[in-house]
Amino acid sequence: MSTTTLDLAPAAGRSSQGVRRSAMEVATSIALALIGAAAIWDSSRLGAGWGAEGPQSGYFPFWIGLILAGTSLASLVPVLRARGAAAEAMFVTWPQLRLVMSVLIPTVFYVAAIPLSGIYLASAALVAYFMTRLGEFTWRSALPAAAATALVAFVTFEVWFLVGLPKGPIEELLGF
Amino acid sequence: MEEIGLLMQGFAVALQPGNMLLMLVGVVLGVLIGVLPGLGGANGIAILLPLTFAMPPVSAVIMLSCIYWGALFGGAITSILFNIPGEPWSVATTFDGYPMAQQGRAGEALTAAFTSSFFGAFVAVVMITFVAPIVAGFALRFGPPEFFAVMFLSFACFVGMAKGSPLKTLAAMMLGFLLAAVGMDTVTGQLRMTFGSEEMIRGFDFLVAVIGLFGISEILCSIEEGLHFRGQKAKIDLKVVLRTWAELPRHWFLAIRSAVIGCWMGITPAGATPASFMSYGVARRMSKDPAGFGQGRIEGVVAPETAAHAAGTSALLPMLTLGVPGSPTAAVLLGGLIMWGLQPGPMLFVEQKEFVWGLVASMYLGNVAGLLVVLVAVPWFAAILRVPFPIIAALILTVCAIGAYTVSNAEFDIVLMLIFGIVGYVMKKLDYPLAPLVLALVLGDRTEEAFRQSLLVSNGDLGIFFHNWLSGGIMAAGLALLLWPALAWARGALAGGPRAQAA
Repeated sequence: MSTTTLDLAPAAGRSSQGVRRSAMEVATSIALALIGAAAIWDSSRLGAGWGAEGPQSGYFPFWIGLILAGTSLASLVPVLRARGAAAEAMFVTWPQLRLVMSVLIPTVFYVAAIPLSGIYLASAALVAYFMTRLGEFTWRSALPAAAATALVAFVTFEVWFLVGLPKGPIEELLGF
Repeated sequence: MEEIGLLMQGFAVALQPGNMLLMLVGVVLGVLIGVLPGLGGANGIAILLPLTFAMPPVSAVIMLSCIYWGALFGGAITSILFNIPGEPWSVATTFDGYPMAQQGRAGEALTAAFTSSFFGAFVAVVMITFVAPIVAGFALRFGPPEFFAVMFLSFACFVGMAKGSPLKTLAAMMLGFLLAAVGMDTVTGQLRMTFGSEEMIRGFDFLVAVIGLFGISEILCSIEEGLHFRGQKAKIDLKVVLRTWAELPRHWFLAIRSAVIGCWMGITPAGATPASFMSYGVARRMSKDPAGFGQGRIEGVVAPETAAHAAGTSALLPMLTLGVPGSPTAAVLLGGLIMWGLQPGPMLFVEQKEFVWGLVASMYLGNVAGLLVVLVAVPWFAAILRVPFPIIAALILTVCAIGAYTVSNAEFDIVLMLIFGIVGYVMKKLDYPLAPLVLALVLGDRTEEAFRQSLLVSNGDLGIFFHNWLSGGIMAAGLALLLWPALAWARGALAGGPRAQAA
């Protein structure tokens, strides 16, 4: 999509710009077909035929992979033949994608932080971040809420249900 | 009537004070889960499952199944007050429930929804009480070919009854089977599709997949709509309840018909959602005033709620008797059964009588408890959605991460959960159904085992699946369902020419 079409588009039309559904359909089908191909390849390595103990390890996944590759490629046909409104449909518009990313990116950091900081500190940080950045809360209300989340989770799991969750340096310092 | 005696023993188990308390806790948690976006019956139970390992299986299954009933009730609250279906089968409830709430008749709509849910579940539980022992007794004679045939039939149901593309249904299902096959092959001990990664040797746990596919992806989908929920006020008092109850008996025929549709569709997998739509559609067609539907008719709430709850409940029948779950939530409960060391299937009715009948009795009691809890506490549950979305989202993400970790105390599972969440978001938006994926992931190993054992018996001859009328009949029904979309497509293409083909 060139910049000129964007400039010519009326202000209201701009919100309907985004990632096309057809592009995502093609990408998903190809990804699934590749997974199917990987299964076929790995199954043939193990042997997908008849062995000493009956069907070999690769027998079942081989056929499953073949069906997966076949169906995902076949479902491309209507996508590639679509014309008009069906071809123009959006998977996600840019403003929607921005909202999704505003949740997804901090979540990625959250998941990455868990092995380093433990789950309690990471969760508290996630709550505080969401409250101040996505909601219109001040740090003064977000910090106690974050601390409360970590504390309630700690008491529930470590003390009450006796389930150990990932802990970081702070918990170690406190002797857990 | 042997069943009645066994059921009474079941009531004795379920009525123990500790189990009654768990029932209440389960129902309240369930409604909470049903109301919150990103937490539904399936992933709510998946998150709580690891916490029940220390409990006796009967108590654990009573609590978890009550979470399921609670979630079914909770879905109606968000559908009617917020126009957000909490579960796929609540979609049809929004058609008339939300207009009723907009007209200030929220109390009436909620009472009607809860009462008809209760009625639908009650009919289904009565059906389970009497039909399940018969089915289980019948299934005792099943060998590997018959079990494979039953699984084949249930997966074919997804394809034959899919509302969307049958190809996408098949692709999602095959992905589930492949994910189930990753890791150690239990027969030969070889590693499959691990591609040299040590983390992959454990394979994919379906609980982690369920938490990601249904939980994280739901958060991502609901954030697209913006950061606010706009809902109607919930006012419900005894006067409204009694007035609605006085009106409901007039719709007795509608309720019975919807319950029958629900029971029938619930036994076949993927049943609850089509059941609610079908029941709504039939109610509209048979009504004297079809145009009034969609503008706030009470029948438009009674029909889908009765059918959905009946279907949701009867989905447990094949899970208990055959070990083939009828819905993702039933699949998670089945996973629980295996983790508690119980072998799902017909032997359960012979070896674990206390467990089975305790569960059935708790279905009766749990639905009574559910009805009372939701009628009393609707305003409080509705108030939860007035908590700002950022707080809810952060808490749900945290709960999902904890749930994914506790499945097998592995930090890598949290990463997998996030990946499944993104995959689920894309698949949901492209109309790939998630239920067949989850069921294939749960049943994959057992399907493959039944398939391989059958082939071992027959020395590789696929004809074994047609060796007697039983497995042959089930296989034929499955093949018919599987080929149904292709036949319908071919007929459409022949009748409508190239235009219909392109559509």
